[in-house]
Amino acid sequence: MANVISDETIEYVGILAKLELSEEEKEQAKKDMGSMLDYIDKLNELDTSGVEPMSHVFPVHNVFREDVVANGNVREKILANAPKEKDGSFVVPKTVE
Amino acid sequence: MDLMQLTAVELGKKIKNKEITVKECVEAALAQIDAVEGQIHSFVTMDREGALKKAEEVQAKIDSGELTGPLAGVPVAIKDNMCTEGLLTTCSSKILYNFVPTYTSEAVLNLEKAGAVIIGKTNMDEFAMGSTTETSAFGPTKNPWNTDHVPGGSSGGSCTAVAAEEVPYALGSDTGGSIRQPSSFCGVVGIKPTYGTVSRYGLIAYGSSLDQIGPVAKDVTDCATILEAIASYDPKDSTSVQREEYDFTSALVDDVKGLRIGIPRDYFGEGLDEEVKTAVLGAAKALEEKGAIVEEFDLSLVEYAIPAYYVIASAEASSNLARFDGVKYGYRTEAYEGLHNMYKKSRSEGFGPEVKRRIMLGSFVLSSGYYDAYYLKALRTKALIKQTFDKAFEKYDVILGPAAPTTAPKLGDSLSDPIKMYLGDIYTISVNLAGLPGLSMPCGIDSKGLPIGVQMIGDCFKEKNIIRAAFAFEQTRTYQRPVMAGKGAE
Repeated sequence: MANVISDETIEYVGILAKLELSEEEKEQAKKDMGSMLDYIDKLNELDTSGVEPMSHVFPVHNVFREDVVANGNVREKILANAPKEKDGSFVVPKTVE
Repeated sequence: MDLMQLTAVELGKKIKNKEITVKECVEAALAQIDAVEGQIHSFVTMDREGALKKAEEVQAKIDSGELTGPLAGVPVAIKDNMCTEGLLTTCSSKILYNFVPTYTSEAVLNLEKAGAVIIGKTNMDEFAMGSTTETSAFGPTKNPWNTDHVPGGSSGGSCTAVAAEEVPYALGSDTGGSIRQPSSFCGVVGIKPTYGTVSRYGLIAYGSSLDQIGPVAKDVTDCATILEAIASYDPKDSTSVQREEYDFTSALVDDVKGLRIGIPRDYFGEGLDEEVKTAVLGAAKALEEKGAIVEEFDLSLVEYAIPAYYVIASAEASSNLARFDGVKYGYRTEAYEGLHNMYKKSRSEGFGPEVKRRIMLGSFVLSSGYYDAYYLKALRTKALIKQTFDKAFEKYDVILGPAAPTTAPKLGDSLSDPIKMYLGDIYTISVNLAGLPGLSMPCGIDSKGLPIGVQMIGDCFKEKNIIRAAFAFEQTRTYQRPVMAGKGAE
């Protein structure tokens, strides 16, 4: 495998991805990511100098609209989906000491 | 009579002519579901009561003349990544195991306006990441032609529900082939429209620049009719395109004289099953005999589509799936210490292995130091791939090839080797990268008794060319159904 993924890289990607992997999962992820990157390195065979990166196939532009409420009040229904709610708010662990 | 053997348009006509009621139609679907669902598992959620209630409402509107369209009263199944107000929407993931949307996706809303009756939500690969419907958190779906085989994916449940005649039609979504490949494996017809044609509002995003919703049905007429119903310009989707026309059914003509069809040599090389190759070339021959001009050509860059796709789709997925954090909806872990630990544990326990694999890869290719080398490189490759198609469509109206290199693999065979599974999408993925419309339809049965699909690709906004070719080819065949179909009517 040409791409060897270090423990530090997996640790760092875990932070970016907000994922907590077990030791076993980390080993598997190192292997999987390495072989995926080996495969993706095939793109380096292509000369893309001078080619503009294409994020969208059509020249789409941001769509603006007036900031007016178009839907009704569905607060109760939205809160019904919350894992934890209290007094009309989402409950999260304490974030400020 | 076996109602479920009919197409959606045929059922719609019978309802309109008062030969059958909407309720009878819904009951026929439910009877077939009772007969076969235990063997194939097309659905994550069923809505029997809702469907029967809706049947009455729709019947009243048909009787009063308020609903007159071709799909009024016809039952439908919806892939479980499209939000449906008040009806569980899971994306086949544990992280959304209890999510009840407060609004309905635009495509489904368009169907409801046309008088559709939703029977339930279909199983899929978790967050549409997979090619077999085996990564669903709620267990795999099985192929109605042979339950030892996968149905393909990620819209596996939508395609099995149609093939096994549990519903006359369904909606799927296609990010890298997720409508066309399972349609091919299940012997049904599926269309991925031009990017921007069907609103993505309410479609739970995977790879936003690639995702498109499309129809799955038993024939081309149904697909064109359904597409006409769901396609719309929607200001709520910033990538929605205002098309010049939304007519697709006028292309349902048995005439391909002068239609220029290109066969990319690079789609018929190593890795393609001989039986698939023979059947697909047979479809080209049939169209040639009807007067189409068929020519071989070199498309080029085919082998670069998959690596570019996995960079782009994973990058977009890592960003799109950041919203699942156990705060506002879905799964939250039992025990945690502080906010960040709660996020991490909820996500790690809520997502399955394939989803985590792609989020990790996506986070990596977007991280500083690697962004240029991987993400921008993939976007540049995408631009080159688009150019090769632009060039091809200067010469051809339709590009014809296989939808997948093989027929449906056995359950369990694909997940052991992710790259091998990814390679199965070689003929479908570039179509998403270039935003093109593509269609898969049955063109034969292999020696194992499994359906083979042919793919027809058109230029952007030229769905009519592929619909015309597909309709003409369909006239040369009779629709074949798995033995399982028709059980509910016995």
